[in-house]
Amino acid sequence: MSGLASESSALGTLLTLPVLLPMLGAALTVVGSRSAALQRIVGIVVLVAVAAIAAVLLVVADHSGPIVEDLGGWAAPIGIALVADRLSALLLLVSTLVTLAVLVYAIDQRITDYGRGTASTTFHPMYLMLCAGVSLAYLTGDLFTLFVAFELMLTASYVLITRRTSAKRIRAGMTYVIVSLMSSLLFLTAVALVYAATGTVNFAALAGRMELIPPGLRTILGLMLLVVFGIKAAIVPLHFWLPDSYPNAPGPVAALFAGLLTKVSFYALLRTQTLLFPREGPWTLMLVLAVLTMLVGALGALAQNDLNRLLSFLLVSHIGFMLFGLAVFDAASVSGAALYAAHHITVLATLFLVSGLITRRTGTVALDRMGGLLHEAPVLAVLFAIPALTLAGIPPTAGFVAKLGLLQAGAAAGPWPAVVAGVVILASLLTLYALVRVWVRVFWGGVKPPIPDDDPNDEVAVGTARSSVPMYAATAGLIAASLAIAVFAGPLSALTGRAGADLINREPYIAAVLGTSR
Amino acid sequence: MVTINLAMAVLIAVLYAVGFFLLMQRSLMRVLIGVVVLGHGTNLLLQLVGGPPGRAPIVGSAPNDAFADPLPQALALTAVVITFALTTFLLALGYRSFVLVGHDEVQDDVEDARIARQQIQDDEP
Repeated sequence: MSGLASESSALGTLLTLPVLLPMLGAALTVVGSRSAALQRIVGIVVLVAVAAIAAVLLVVADHSGPIVEDLGGWAAPIGIALVADRLSALLLLVSTLVTLAVLVYAIDQRITDYGRGTASTTFHPMYLMLCAGVSLAYLTGDLFTLFVAFELMLTASYVLITRRTSAKRIRAGMTYVIVSLMSSLLFLTAVALVYAATGTVNFAALAGRMELIPPGLRTILGLMLLVVFGIKAAIVPLHFWLPDSYPNAPGPVAALFAGLLTKVSFYALLRTQTLLFPREGPWTLMLVLAVLTMLVGALGALAQNDLNRLLSFLLVSHIGFMLFGLAVFDAASVSGAALYAAHHITVLATLFLVSGLITRRTGTVALDRMGGLLHEAPVLAVLFAIPALTLAGIPPTAGFVAKLGLLQAGAAAGPWPAVVAGVVILASLLTLYALVRVWVRVFWGGVKPPIPDDDPNDEVAVGTARSSVPMYAATAGLIAASLAIAVFAGPLSALTGRAGADLINREPYIAAVLGTSR
Repeated sequence: MVTINLAMAVLIAVLYAVGFFLLMQRSLMRVLIGVVVLGHGTNLLLQLVGGPPGRAPIVGSAPNDAFADPLPQALALTAVVITFALTTFLLALGYRSFVLVGHDEVQDDVEDARIARQQIQDDEP
């Protein structure tokens, strides 16, 4: 064992930084909690650094296979391994760019402080801890560390969603916390049962040992993990908590949650199901869940009058698109799901940020009390229109590119996946319809006066026409990222194609993790 | 063939049942107790899956097959800390709810109920 520590390369050290840097930054922002300026600089510098590291990891992982670091020099499967393959590095990069933009927006909206320029001890540390949890969830190579990563991420999110609560927010916060806690305890139970059945929690080792246990037991373990990640990723019928809680969080926090949390859970689902429970051909149960999720989400969105709730239902609906990619279970469809996840992270965060900008101007999230913003704020109309068309998947946006991959893979996989591919198109049309309704109500029609701030002590200033450049710039930056996905669709889908092939093939991942101990 | 302790298995089942029952309650304090009980059940399960008890796993102190499995204990230790932190957080949340709203009941989705009411009104002529 003694020789292993010296073998860890500079690249391996780099692999730990996306987790360690945000934690260090969180500590710094607690220590320096008297200076709002210091907190802001630390937050932004840390996230820029993590994004740069993620980019390096992505390039290296794509060029020369998965990067593995055995923490503390204990080789897998005994020690804890961090692994960056194409999929995790890509999602880490996209997620970090989104967290960076949302942080800039949040700082400018001043929800990070107690009042003007007064530092808060909670926002920045919790934000950075959440980022550390997200990075760890993407990079971890074992099931228990995945549990710890989720706890890190969720505990930070509990604080962010219940921070400086109003009566309305505490009700939503309670629902969110209790549902998440229950799924976490189920996760822990699943980890215990997996360990009881196989004697390891390392993904790569599990991949081999899962084949040795009875098929019935394997199915039960797979279904338990499906329920656990299904609650966290808001798969219908386990989605009900999401449209209740997210809309009550402050704009940037809702954007962060909508962009990241469900997608991290989907990543965990994708990783565990492809690596531990490989199957031949389409997965019928998952096809059914995908159809339910797409339709319930899209139809639920049509009934809403609250802009943020509408976006939350659309978020649920589009989780179904990714589930469809997983359900078809071949290299092309999994690759489509990965590309869709990257697109979905950016576009949902953008839409929630734009919703925050709209709310700031109108003073309300109720669609029937808004109107005529097209003449009042044409920039806002553009900022809403582009991500809305992207989410609906109109060519030539990123949403279309991502969906096309899914549809092609589904159509090629047999009659039932082809039918579900039809549901994907139907759900896209319903999404477009819901967003056109938002457009008509918010941007067209007679100008309605902004509603005065009913709670001036609340951190979110509403009913003000004062434009704030960094908030618009952060939103525009995310839109640019989304457009970049469309422009570089060729190289990106080639990359996710290789990532999808790796996921189905499994060998590169297993060899990279266990190979170091041989 | 490793056998498991039936009494432990029954105890864990009871703890899970009680925990989930309490999670379904309205009062956040009962939910809190439910989380604690469920947490205990999960930690006991982690101990149970570690196999039969044995000697402290320190290399060289006993033959290798006499050791207890240390990994589930490490997992349980981590889980205990996390459950503890979340218990205190839930207590704080319950207190905040009591201060703001006057009770600690977990309520239904208000906007969802409003939309459902509106549909009924729309249907009536």
